[in-house]
Amino acid sequence: MEKTLNQKAWFLVLPVFLLVAFSAVIPLMTVVNYSLQDTFGNNKFFWAGLEWYTELLHSERLWSAFGRQIIFSAIILAIEVPLGVFVALNMPKKGVWASLSLVLMALPLLIPWNVVGTIWQIFGRVDIGLLGHTLAALGIDYNYTRDPLAAWVTIITMDVWHWTSLVALLSYAGLQSIPEAYYQAAKIDQASRWSVFWFIELPKMQGVLMIAILIRFMDSFMIYTEPFVVTGGGPGNATTFLSIDLVKMALGQFDLGPAAAFSLMYFLVVMLVSWVFYTVMTNLDKKAGY
Amino acid sequence: MSISTAPRRPWINPKALVMIAYIVFLLLPIYWLINMSLKTNEEIISVFTIWPRHLTFANYKTILTDPAWYMGYVNSMIYVVQNVVISLAVALPAAYAFSRYRFMGDKHLFFWLLSNRMAPPAVFALPFFQLYSSIGLFDTHIAVALAHTLFNVPLAVWILEGFMRGVPKEIDETAYIDGYAFPRFFVRIFMPLIASGIGVAAFFCFMFSWVELLLSRTLTSIDAKPITAVMTRTVSASGMDWGVLAAAGVLTIVPGALVIYFVRNYIAKGFALGRV
Repeated sequence: MEKTLNQKAWFLVLPVFLLVAFSAVIPLMTVVNYSLQDTFGNNKFFWAGLEWYTELLHSERLWSAFGRQIIFSAIILAIEVPLGVFVALNMPKKGVWASLSLVLMALPLLIPWNVVGTIWQIFGRVDIGLLGHTLAALGIDYNYTRDPLAAWVTIITMDVWHWTSLVALLSYAGLQSIPEAYYQAAKIDQASRWSVFWFIELPKMQGVLMIAILIRFMDSFMIYTEPFVVTGGGPGNATTFLSIDLVKMALGQFDLGPAAAFSLMYFLVVMLVSWVFYTVMTNLDKKAGY
Repeated sequence: MSISTAPRRPWINPKALVMIAYIVFLLLPIYWLINMSLKTNEEIISVFTIWPRHLTFANYKTILTDPAWYMGYVNSMIYVVQNVVISLAVALPAAYAFSRYRFMGDKHLFFWLLSNRMAPPAVFALPFFQLYSSIGLFDTHIAVALAHTLFNVPLAVWILEGFMRGVPKEIDETAYIDGYAFPRFFVRIFMPLIASGIGVAAFFCFMFSWVELLLSRTLTSIDAKPITAVMTRTVSASGMDWGVLAAAGVLTIVPGALVIYFVRNYIAKGFALGRV
């Protein structure tokens, strides 16, 4: 749609601008402020310059949390995106069953995150959980509080359980927008199931899949509550992701300076990657003729 | 006479099989939680049962009669509703501006808004705590509602803008020619046209405010403590009260399930942020 140039539109966005400025800019300025200073309590602050940043850039702790975070986000994207598309391709197209599967699939998305954690904490326990008990009965040594591998498997399964439906629902919305005529044309051309997917369905899903990947990347990169409830970041530091580490530093140890520097670098990384996704996405929007 | 070459339908539809397997995977952990919430603690710990042998509603009774528990739900509902109202009220005009006009810095502003959706709540936990303490709003519902606008307003703007693009501009122009002033046009004509979009945006604001724990826990202590925080704190008080914990968990799922039911026909489009 052709948009008209109108500077008065600023009045319409002003409320949003003021509100978000209040709840984002002021706190962010506090963070910037802390990140450049040092304190020994009593509200006395000393100028520290970029000290915290250089310290953090050489900190083993930060880099290992960062590494774990990247691996985690990569694994869950690699599982959830193909699985979500696969589920979407198998969803009923209309009728009662379509509504029913939509409602049931959306259910995990509406559960508070700490309850998601609680559900899996219980489900995976060897003594009282269905999953843990069944695995133990099968003779598999599984204990997510002791074994780092089991902890990772639990957390990844939990995330797949929690969020695959989001990808599936998005892809489903993309599939719904394909006109029936496309499929008929493919049938006339005797196209195989695979080429229908590759040349018709996938290109039509491109836009929504980008949204799915963007949202899943952002949210998995700042995951906090669910692993915190299940493993508390352990065993050892095996599942301490960036947010968990940051909250430990800021609210647990009250290391304001390093925590603030950490926050800013964290924020910048998320923003950078999201910006790349966003640019790709808006270009796709343009191509689609929006 | 034509000879049918269509293959015979298999007994079981493979598509249905995939869906059933996936939905069972989704529901099994939830079933286990419900199962536990209907058991006594002795049964949970001593024997492993697939369904409750001694069906009991005592866990639910504990929650629904103890103010320390049920006020958690009330508090959560209050700030979630406040958040939805605030988010929509400011997002609607802004989304209209983004969908209809070009203006100075519009693209930068849009990305800046979105960047707040990308900000890890962990980054904001401490500064929010200090900000709301210093203006005397600590432990109030409105503090949590305002804090959650950080990620809900950008999302609402994004979703609404997607839906508003789908409304032809000719409608606006005709209304202006007919002598409608902007506010009246917006409320009387435009908003009904994007009613489903407003519903979806409200749904998403509800969802992300309802599921959030970190900020709501950091910004409250007693008076506005949300149910999610009540759960994390009461658990360790007198050993593990698994039954009550499970019952509390089940009760947090109910509002979400109700809301999904109401928007079920728009869910798919909504998750695509109105962009299909």
